[in-house]
Amino acid sequence: MKLLSLLLSQFTGMWLVLTHTFSKADTVQYPEQKPALFPRYRGRIVLTRDPDGQERCVACNLCAVACPVDCIALKKTEDDDGRWYPEFFRINFSRCIMCGFCEEACPTYSIQLTPDFEMCEYNRQSMVYEKEDLLIDGTGKYHDYNFYRVAGKSIGGKDKGEAENEAAPIDVKSLMP
Amino acid sequence: MNGVGSIINIFAILLVAVGIAAYLTWLERRLIGIWQDRLGPNRVGPLGLGQVVADMVKIFFKEDWIPPFADKPVFILAPAIIMTTAMLSFAFIPYAPDIGVIDLNIGLLFVLGCTSLSVYAAVLGGYASQNKYALMGSLRAAAQTVSYEVFMGLALMGVVMLSGSFNLREIVEAQQDGWFCVSQFFAFLVFMVAAVAETHRTPFDLPEAEHEIVAGFHTEYSGMKFGMFFVGEYLSVLFSSVLVVVLFFGGWLGPDFLPPLAWMALKTFGFVCVFILLRAALPRPRYDQMMSFGWKVMLPVSLINLLVTGGVALWLGT
Ligand code: SF4
Ligand code: SF4
Repeated sequence: MKLLSLLLSQFTGMWLVLTHTFSKADTVQYPEQKPALFPRYRGRIVLTRDPDGQERCVACNLCAVACPVDCIALKKTEDDDGRWYPEFFRINFSRCIMCGFCEEACPTYSIQLTPDFEMCEYNRQSMVYEKEDLLIDGTGKYHDYNFYRVAGKSIGGKDKGEAENEAAPIDVKSLMP
Repeated sequence: MNGVGSIINIFAILLVAVGIAAYLTWLERRLIGIWQDRLGPNRVGPLGLGQVVADMVKIFFKEDWIPPFADKPVFILAPAIIMTTAMLSFAFIPYAPDIGVIDLNIGLLFVLGCTSLSVYAAVLGGYASQNKYALMGSLRAAAQTVSYEVFMGLALMGVVMLSGSFNLREIVEAQQDGWFCVSQFFAFLVFMVAAVAETHRTPFDLPEAEHEIVAGFHTEYSGMKFGMFFVGEYLSVLFSSVLVVVLFFGGWLGPDFLPPLAWMALKTFGFVCVFILLRAALPRPRYDQMMSFGWKVMLPVSLINLLVTGGVALWLGT
């Protein structure tokens, strides 16, 4: 009896597969037919700017540390206002695995992955993107966020206590609350 | 010059068999693609038919590497054996009333002999590779053939009893009033299972089970030698389908609106598709399961079938 039911299950399996003759193929015929990419698709990486048009990246190196294949290289420098920014920022896309860890690590929403994967090159060296190649003019997926406007660090034009939701700095030498 | 055994027949059958075997790779990939809701190769040429040519060109230009530790003459001999035996067996098949290469009195026995000889390709290939996975594959191939050959032959004895001949052409003609797939239904099932095992195809592809033993007996093969194993496998698929049609489905017999050869081709095509469907649908059993299935289920079934057929034949005959 058990044997018969086993035998039957083989035939039902075959029948099930056979019915798929008439179901539609899921294939997207790529070069002619483009796949649907969603806004959060993890593709080519960009560096975004904040709503004021300044570079968002503060060169904290968190993305470079988070990157499992170590394909991000950058160096911090500082401008006259006291803003930190990367002197150079380099991503080697021939090693990047598009995991998105850098985007998750970034405290300033600067580094973002975009729905674009068509970045083949004939020359391996052309896969290394410099800051000019990475930096875009817009804000990417997060339109309102401006790190320096919410962070406590003072820069030129914004002193301590002037950030959003930030209390005025406490005068530690005073006895008043 | 036309007729069984003419030069034209011989060359046509050889070319057509090898050509079809090559195109079976395409058919298999397309069909499995369709059954898995994909498309399969469809880029090269219309419907992807040029894929076979492209693959052929590729495999010709691949490095044909013989491992330094291999037993060289045997290593080279093995793929030749599988091609030879696979193509040899096509000679004994009657394709249509006047198409065929040779009609032997003992055609069926010869065919069985050829299919069993083809296991030497697997055994020698695996042995000559000096590779433990390859050797495992050949051991499995040998054991599988020994056990499945037994009831493959036994299952066919019922057909022989009913038709009273080992001559394949006479077997086909004996099916004028009723195909043997009805009267010999269990023999047909057993033979189908054994044929899958003989051709080393999923679900009985244990000699080359790539999830367990890399690629089994052809692990060390590359280039055209691997291609010969590959084409040899498809040749035996084609051959098994032809044999099933001849033995159980009336060969070229069919209603008159199609020529005999077309019936033969149509039925064979159907069985090739069944082979591919088996591959697409069924998982591979464990090795001991396959062995016990062979000896404990298939052998008794074919013996009982033989007994009943013999009894009925005697009873009707008197
Ligand atoms: S996506 Fe992953 S691999 Fe690519 S740069 Fe970011 S962290 Fe590195
Ligand atoms: S991209 Fe983000 S995580 Fe990377 S250095 Fe710049 S601010 Fe830090």
